[in-house]
Amino acid sequence: MKITKEIVESVANLSRIKLDEAATVKMQTELGAVIDYMEILNSLDTKEIEPMSHIFSLNNVMRDDLIKPSIDRQEILSNAPDHTDETFVVPKTVG
Amino acid sequence: MMNINKMTALDIGAEIKKGNITAVDAVKAFYDTIESTDNIINAFITTNKAEALRKAEDVQKKIDSGKLTGSLAGVPIAIKDNICTKGMKTTCASKMLGDFIPVYNATVIEKLEQAGVIIIGKLNMDEFAMGSTNETSYYGSCKNPWNTNKVSGGSSGGAAASVASNQVPMALGSDTGGSIRQPASYCGVTGFKPTYGTVSRYGLIAYASSLDQIGPIAKSVQDCAAVMDVICGKDERDGTTLDIKYGGLLESLNGNIKGMKIGLPKQCFDKGLDNQVKNSILSMSDTLKELGAQVDYIEMSFLDYVIPTYYILASAEASSNLSRFDGVKFGFRAKSFDGVTDMYSVTRSEGFGDEVKKRILLGTFVLSSGYYDAYYRKALQVKSLISKKFNEIFQNFDAILCPTTPTTAPNLDQSLSDPLQMYLSDIYTVSANLAGLPGLSIPCGFDQSGMPIGAQIIGAPLDDKKILNIGFAYQQNTEFHKMSPKGV
Amino acid sequence: MNYEIVMGLEVHVELATKTKIFCSCTTEFGGAPNTHCCPVCTGMPGTLPVFNKKVLEYAVKAGVALNCDITRYNKFDRKNYFYPDLPKAYQISQLYLPFAKNGSIDIKTRSGLEKTIRIHEIHMEEDAGKLIHSPTGNETFTDYNRCGVPLIEIVSEPDFRSAEDVIAYLEKLKTTFEYLGISDCKMQEGSMRADVNLSVRPNGSEKIGTRTEMKNINSFKAIERAIAFESARQIELIENGGEVIQETRRWDDNKGLSISMRSKEDAQDYRYFPEPDIPPINISEELIEEIKNNQPEFASAKVLRYVNDFGITRADAEIIASSKYIAKIFEDTVAICNEPKEVRYWIINQIMYLMNDKGILPEDINLSCEKFAEFIKIATSDRINRPTAKTVFEAMFFASHDFDLEKYIKDNGLEQVDDTDSIREAVLGVLSANPNTVKQYKNGQTKVVGFFVGQVMKATQGKAKPDTVNKIVAEELAKL
Repeated sequence: MKITKEIVESVANLSRIKLDEAATVKMQTELGAVIDYMEILNSLDTKEIEPMSHIFSLNNVMRDDLIKPSIDRQEILSNAPDHTDETFVVPKTVG
Repeated sequence: MMNINKMTALDIGAEIKKGNITAVDAVKAFYDTIESTDNIINAFITTNKAEALRKAEDVQKKIDSGKLTGSLAGVPIAIKDNICTKGMKTTCASKMLGDFIPVYNATVIEKLEQAGVIIIGKLNMDEFAMGSTNETSYYGSCKNPWNTNKVSGGSSGGAAASVASNQVPMALGSDTGGSIRQPASYCGVTGFKPTYGTVSRYGLIAYASSLDQIGPIAKSVQDCAAVMDVICGKDERDGTTLDIKYGGLLESLNGNIKGMKIGLPKQCFDKGLDNQVKNSILSMSDTLKELGAQVDYIEMSFLDYVIPTYYILASAEASSNLSRFDGVKFGFRAKSFDGVTDMYSVTRSEGFGDEVKKRILLGTFVLSSGYYDAYYRKALQVKSLISKKFNEIFQNFDAILCPTTPTTAPNLDQSLSDPLQMYLSDIYTVSANLAGLPGLSIPCGFDQSGMPIGAQIIGAPLDDKKILNIGFAYQQNTEFHKMSPKGV
Repeated sequence: MNYEIVMGLEVHVELATKTKIFCSCTTEFGGAPNTHCCPVCTGMPGTLPVFNKKVLEYAVKAGVALNCDITRYNKFDRKNYFYPDLPKAYQISQLYLPFAKNGSIDIKTRSGLEKTIRIHEIHMEEDAGKLIHSPTGNETFTDYNRCGVPLIEIVSEPDFRSAEDVIAYLEKLKTTFEYLGISDCKMQEGSMRADVNLSVRPNGSEKIGTRTEMKNINSFKAIERAIAFESARQIELIENGGEVIQETRRWDDNKGLSISMRSKEDAQDYRYFPEPDIPPINISEELIEEIKNNQPEFASAKVLRYVNDFGITRADAEIIASSKYIAKIFEDTVAICNEPKEVRYWIINQIMYLMNDKGILPEDINLSCEKFAEFIKIATSDRINRPTAKTVFEAMFFASHDFDLEKYIKDNGLEQVDDTDSIREAVLGVLSANPNTVKQYKNGQTKVVGFFVGQVMKATQGKAKPDTVNKIVAEELAKL
């Protein structure tokens, strides 16, 4: 699998990470090397194997539908880089 | 006057209980060492002396009145900076969370506080736990106390280095691919990664949720067991914790390993392994035999696949886990941008370091449309295969003995230039994470330059007691874990 | 050329659990911004989701009612995208193993067309927050109260051909979920939302055209308008030699048009993968059986029963059964007074009228069935007549449960007058006041009897017993 510049750019865009020209080239080389190295997995026949997303057969971990008090709004907002007394603030999302 | 700094956590706890020293004495002693050594070691990102001393006084009163009776009451601990501490900065060693003050405590922090353990600071680490040398930290690398030109290891470098340099008797780290065991090995201390699901991850800032596990780094297996007794257990806030009653791990240690079957994976003694490391492990194997264990070579044919599998899975989860750092709710926001999408991109580009960005891009790639099956799904299949192979091994063996790392600690500024080489330093540790197994790293020797060598003991799921007991048996009969770096 | 519209629906329904899907914050609607929030639902670093048991129960109830195959081994997946209403930057949803598949539901449109809509799948997921855009400044404010409210998303097959189909389907879903007690399905509060996938094709064509997905449709009225607009837009495009682009469009109900949401930066790739923080969920045979055996009586069964047992018309039965709340008033009141036809009369003629007139929702009706039954007893006796009864009903309908019917009738002097002498007096008064009409009667125009009766009722302020009035009017006219 060859990692092209287009792949790096598309992945960077999906990740919301801005790369300048130099960083894009550097990432292309480094990601390319890592992904090349990963090709070794293709030598394993895994056709019959179920993908394993959870390591132990733990299941049905659920809680009861009981309300607990929410936390103070001031605390919710305390780490926000921009906020009012009531809400977080972001640049306008509609034109 | 006794040297508190050189004592184990349990010894400090015992002396406090006897009334020979107070919790305040202990906290002061360790701050003295931090203040005199950390300008070189750089193990701490944040300390909280005034608060810790106040807490020590409170705890001492509770000990005096008999309200606190645990074996670690009054003993200081330091916490890796990816575990949330209410009201105390938790940075993940990233510019992104430079000013982040959690509004809640991680479950492990609540448990430590209930046990009267005193938190004295937050520890350096690789940024968001991504790295094997502690050099990706935004706050500078943490140095190895045995040789400050060498790395402390990672990602829990601060945890291992602080214990090794007697800045603190015990620390909490987190281990996603070896991040407790590898730095413990490099710094000559004892580090334990429990079975996945043993310790609550609530409050641990996630790197790779399916692999992350909190565990102790300390000066002995007994200290690790004592910390585990405080922090383990089912947590209703973490749905992946197991509903297991361990009883006391510390209490269970008896040092009897007669008849235990221990496997030495042939593949771990092949290419890439430093000869001095190899000899130390084999010599440890002889010691275990003398103690009555039976040691045989085993096949670990999947070893070549563990690193690619680990990096695919860990990066994929990381790319998702780290998406919440977008400059809206907490942490860093870029100063100048054009609209909301640009705000995300500029914030994340400026807030994350290179290694983190690389893993986010890698993770995004392996999950993206058209590549998911070839990489992510494939890795989940290989994970299943690896887990199955381990099950087969553990049908015939009680534990696996292997090196923790292929070499002793490398020099600073050496690894990041060759990322693949850095990734390979995790080759013996990541499989325990992939299969959810408990893994212990203990000191078992030194190389010619005097750098510590670590041995790893891996057990079957939930065999945490058993492997701690093997480590305990070894430490009862050896002195490696009692060594301290010169000048400390 | 004539075109056929082909539509599939993606309907989001908020489940009426007390707490959110992955944390213990309340789901209550409204509340000051960011006051129904905790570290988990605002995505603070280190927090973890824990699944709410009730969500599973409600979801499976919906799946069973929509005749789906229930998935036994379930997982959650993460859907990754950046937007300020999504604090974790991923939504916990189900892609690979939705909990219900291959269902169907029968609908009947307003014009009487009956058809079956196939359900492709239903999955569970969490709701996002609310964005409030500054009207003047360049800012958007985020409120995370809705973050983590449980949703099910019902994905249909492309079985809809008209807005009427769509509305009948949504009404059927609403009724069904109301009976199950799993959602209130209020479109205006956003607890039921429909995205319309729409394409057009020449009549007779088998091939499905390129579709667009329309979001942000918030009422039945908007659905009709949006479908009309979007189908006309696509037809015009095709007629002019253009091509429909597969895209997401946002319905703007004020402007009455759909707007493309496509932008180059938003090339969508959600990078779904299994949610590692939530262990798999097994849905047991027992749970499914228990739910199947305890299903409520749905509207269609009620209609049959009302027609068969109570002898009311199918049309009236359908109106009553279309709301769980109305049906309950009907059944509970009949159980007390055993006058189904009378109860039907007052529901159809008065309750429906008052709801419509005052904009009251069925769930907000506050009528005591004991009072209603007591009222029926009075209304069917000779004590008040129909016109007076209407006044009494209305007073009772808007009053609280301790409304005293007897006192109200007494205080307002509404008791029916059956006193022959005073009624005769009134009749004679009316006859002498209307000599011309009397003349018409004498000339054989018997229709005017109704006029005299009406005048007498008026003269007695509606209190005279109509039978007695009829009788005396007839007697007096015969004497002329």
